[in-house]
Amino acid sequence: MVAKKLNLKDKYRALTRDLDWDYDYSDRKKAFPYEEFEGIKITDWSKWEDPFRLTMDAYWKYQAEKEKKLYAIFDAFSQNNGHLNVTDARYVNAIKVFLTGVSPLEYQAFQGYAHVGRQFGGAGARVACQMQSIDELRHVQTQVHAMSHYNKFFDGFQDWTHMHDRVWYLSVPKSFFDDARSAGPFEFLIAISFSFEYVLTNLLFVPFMSGAAHNGDMATCTFGFSAQSDEARHMTLGLEIIKFLLEQHEDNVPIVQKWIDKWFWRGTRLLAIVAMMMDYMLPNKVMSWKEAWEVYFEDAGGALFKDLARYGIRMPKFVETTAKEKEHISHQAWWIFYTHGHAAGFHTWIPSDEELDWLSEKYPDTFDKYYRPRWELAKEMEARGERFYTKALPQLCTTCQIPMGFTEMDNPTQIAYRSSDYEGEKYHFCSDGCKHIFDQEPEKYVQSWLPVHQIYQGNCGGANVEEVLRDYYKMNLGEDNMDFKGSSDEKRWNEWKRKGVA
Amino acid sequence: MSKVYLALQDNDDSRYIVEAIIEDNQEATVINQPAMIRIESTGELVVRRSTVEEKIGRDWDVQELHLSLITLGGNVDEDEDQLRLSWNV
Repeated sequence: MVAKKLNLKDKYRALTRDLDWDYDYSDRKKAFPYEEFEGIKITDWSKWEDPFRLTMDAYWKYQAEKEKKLYAIFDAFSQNNGHLNVTDARYVNAIKVFLTGVSPLEYQAFQGYAHVGRQFGGAGARVACQMQSIDELRHVQTQVHAMSHYNKFFDGFQDWTHMHDRVWYLSVPKSFFDDARSAGPFEFLIAISFSFEYVLTNLLFVPFMSGAAHNGDMATCTFGFSAQSDEARHMTLGLEIIKFLLEQHEDNVPIVQKWIDKWFWRGTRLLAIVAMMMDYMLPNKVMSWKEAWEVYFEDAGGALFKDLARYGIRMPKFVETTAKEKEHISHQAWWIFYTHGHAAGFHTWIPSDEELDWLSEKYPDTFDKYYRPRWELAKEMEARGERFYTKALPQLCTTCQIPMGFTEMDNPTQIAYRSSDYEGEKYHFCSDGCKHIFDQEPEKYVQSWLPVHQIYQGNCGGANVEEVLRDYYKMNLGEDNMDFKGSSDEKRWNEWKRKGVA
Repeated sequence: MSKVYLALQDNDDSRYIVEAIIEDNQEATVINQPAMIRIESTGELVVRRSTVEEKIGRDWDVQELHLSLITLGGNVDEDEDQLRLSWNV
């Protein structure tokens, strides 16, 4: 008689329970040394459930199929000179930001899950972290492969890992993950699996990738959606993790809430860069940042937090500030990059008249009042041959490391400044959220590697900004940086289009 | 009642999956966006294997959904016969 095939639930149980081992000759606590110091109490690891019940055989089967589809598209994209089909060459700068700012985070996530996957006493959690770790490695690899095509034709793609470790604005995403990975294993899961994956990454991978498709970038759209198909699993895991921790012990609730507060705010600050990519860097628009925030955070996140209320979890701290920030943050972020465009590894520009009109329409309460006049002034200055670049290095927020350019949300003409004193030194912040995070763990954040401070301390080589950019950041000055107008990217693009190569 | 949702890549398999979802979830709303299809519903959304198989004309494993899935929102409950998304409130 042929043995009956195991069903999904039995297979998952066999993988995550029966394959675990007992600690009869060694000390369990020594095997999992990081499991207790954060104060999280686990009473029964066997309650851990992956709702997809993915077993290793199914995992490899479906991942292999995803890869085959993805690489077929990469091949088609490159064989057909896909870079010539994007809406215009300005768009490619969003991809440069992605490669230097986001793809290295996938690698950090790979390392992070590989690490915490070793540290949990429950086999279900270890299996889940192992799969996610492999997923994240796949993401960084596919992203590098997809974008390597652009590296053949455009500036700014050449040294992304080096840049990620050093460049001033890339310390924003880098420090975010450094912060998560240097926390304990449970905080890492709340930071990345829950706050980042479940609550926030939709905003990066869904509307932005749909926008990539809308701008003719088949390769990016496809790697984005292929990665996001793993994210759907990661998000589900994020939700299960939080329910698991909250159900294990009531003492876990305040700890988890504190982490949600911290990582929600850290995440919204990181997403300021995505906000500007959506509103300013996609020539064909899908939806505004404000609309994306409403759909993917306010609606989706609102439903989530209502569901978690039964555990005693409330909405993250400072969520009311984000309701105001959605009207402002993309405009303020792009202005920071526009005015520091000489020090960025990608091109910046003044939005076209049609784009300004689109922004006015999408942001009726704020754009014409606060931001359009700035761009009109920038246009006048550019026409006079005085394209504005700021001469000073910006003060950075000690927590999020973004230049202090964000305003008070109730008074958008006033730059927001907060500060804290700690052991005789003063630390500066862009917002109440960032100050709050510092005040909870000052001994951690006083160690922040703030790029501007490091330059002034002489740790980045060079006696002037140009030397730092050229020698320490390895930017090709005059090629990678400055305005899109007059760039080599623009010249080549116009040449290709004139010749009708497309 | 909160909305649950899922988004699929706009591809050939998804066409049939979406047809099946619409048939099994009368309340569901379908929103087409560049390269993707978003389906949302109040309270609950079910993807049923039998209905998808009928539409697609072949055997279909519920886990194949992962090949086209972009994102989802809601508590997930999956077995051999269906994937169900729901909120408890």
